[in-house]
Amino acid sequence: MAQVTTRSERALNRVAIASVLVITLIFLAPIYWITSTAFKPRNLSTTIPPTVMFTPEISPFVKLFTKRSQLRTQPTAEEYEAAPWWERLVFDGGEKVTRSGKGEIQLSGYPSRFMNSLIVAITSTVLAVGMGTFTAYGFSRFRVKGEADLLFFILSTRMLPPVVVAIPMFLMYRVVGLNDTHWGLIILYTAFNLSFSVWLMKGFIDEIPKEYEEAALVDGYTRMQAFFKIVIPEAATGIAATAVFCFITAWNEYAFALIMTNRRAQTAPPFIPSQVGSGLQDWTVIASGTFLFLLPVAIFTFLLRNHLLRGMSFGAIRK
Amino acid sequence: MTSLDASTRAAARGMSDIKIRNLFIIPTILFLIIFNIFPLIYSLGYSFTDFRASSNAPANFVGLQNYRELLSDPFIWNNFAITAKYVIVSVTGQVIVGFGTAMLLNRDIPFKGLLTTLLLLPMMLSMAVVGLFWKLLYDPSFGIINYALGLGTFEWLSNPDMALYAVALTDIWMWSPFVMLLSLAGLSAVPKHLYEAAAIDRAGPFYTFFRITLPLVAPILMIAIIFRTMEAFKTFDLAYILTSQPTTEVISIRLYKMAFQEWQTGRSCALAYIVLIMVLAITNIYVKYLNKVKER
Repeated sequence: MAQVTTRSERALNRVAIASVLVITLIFLAPIYWITSTAFKPRNLSTTIPPTVMFTPEISPFVKLFTKRSQLRTQPTAEEYEAAPWWERLVFDGGEKVTRSGKGEIQLSGYPSRFMNSLIVAITSTVLAVGMGTFTAYGFSRFRVKGEADLLFFILSTRMLPPVVVAIPMFLMYRVVGLNDTHWGLIILYTAFNLSFSVWLMKGFIDEIPKEYEEAALVDGYTRMQAFFKIVIPEAATGIAATAVFCFITAWNEYAFALIMTNRRAQTAPPFIPSQVGSGLQDWTVIASGTFLFLLPVAIFTFLLRNHLLRGMSFGAIRK
Repeated sequence: MTSLDASTRAAARGMSDIKIRNLFIIPTILFLIIFNIFPLIYSLGYSFTDFRASSNAPANFVGLQNYRELLSDPFIWNNFAITAKYVIVSVTGQVIVGFGTAMLLNRDIPFKGLLTTLLLLPMMLSMAVVGLFWKLLYDPSFGIINYALGLGTFEWLSNPDMALYAVALTDIWMWSPFVMLLSLAGLSAVPKHLYEAAAIDRAGPFYTFFRITLPLVAPILMIAIIFRTMEAFKTFDLAYILTSQPTTEVISIRLYKMAFQEWQTGRSCALAYIVLIMVLAITNIYVKYLNKVKER
């Protein structure tokens, strides 16, 4: 904004650049710290002064994926030699690994929770973005009676605190048997994301000129064909951005998951904290679980940064 | 003319526009009614009973007793007071840090896009998981925060006076970027010629800020504030994961405990309704403000 002209202006600019860099470093420090802890050997995770230089290990991840209950027997040298490489990795990394049956390694609870998170987040995203795109098109292209009120109603479903909705949903789910199921969470997250999806997609579809479809209609397309062959491809980037937003929300949700699931359908957000017991805990394992969980979101954020920036300010201003 | 022509011809070939419109809109509306409105009506009924979901005893109608008891319970009001304090501290912090950073970023900064993207990361993360790793950062004996600030074994989370501020600090870390992003959008929309005119008039930086920048950014900043206020009012995960102090028991946590630990289902439905009415009140202020912004 400001033209740099005078010497004092230039000095001021230098101060601004330095401050922004410092602020960014402070903001990223916690994420860096959790990432580095995920690769630390256990004895270096809680040292004072903190350990900055260390040889990265994958042992926290091995421990994360394997059951860390008491070891029945230490492997003998022969057993160790005979074991396949992945088992040896477990012996090297996780010092306490249960070998149930004939040298089988038990998985910890983490992989299944991670899978649950993926199943629930992906399915609900597809549903929310799919339905949202249809509805947004309906609102964008046709005259709807009480359009403003309907759109406000759609938005209002997102304003309630999750705990408020969770109590009646819990009671309803108990009646219909949806508690602790994937579909139970998928339905909830779809309902939660749908409002956002409709609003954001309406913004994107409004920007596609109506003339495109009209030309297609003149060419002999039906409305449906025009929608699928003209509008959807034009709105592709908008759909992608909306999908990432919905995915991130569903992926990160905690309160509903805590209340509605126990074991079978539990996702990672309530699972990871529940592993932090009292007393001595292995922070490297918690850090590795956290790191893996943050990874998809970090990758999405980076890949779609420009769309996210637009969607963020867009959605917020529109609302 | 073409549009009418085209759509009537298309209608003759396939479904009519009205049919398509209904097909596209009605499922969504129905879905939201079934999974948002219906549960709320369902729980309204329970809020007038002494129902407990943990027992098989039938629900007895108790009239307004739940509401009367809750509204005269000083502990509930204390939960609301904690929530209010939390909202004020964290939203104020986010506005100061977020708007400040936006002001800095609005200058000629190299790698502006990259820095903005990096600053986005905290708000993309899960609040529960963020709470968990801040627990590690706050740890009194080996936490990096105490080490970096030279605070020795300062207690952040187990100190009842400090815990709420510690939670708010984490929230500020997470959501200042959001305020920054919106402020940046507002700042970049301020016409440059206003600054040029101010420079010609030899206006000082304070005058320029308070007379040009702030008034023009105010509407969008206000939207950010309202958004964050509503979100902070709903806070559950962060406070629940970080500490279990009575001084950090915001209303969502009280509600959760009442419903799913004490199993006072009827009573918690009533409390949910009280919270609901408060949210609607805040929303109403928000909508009024939004209309005001639109009028400009």
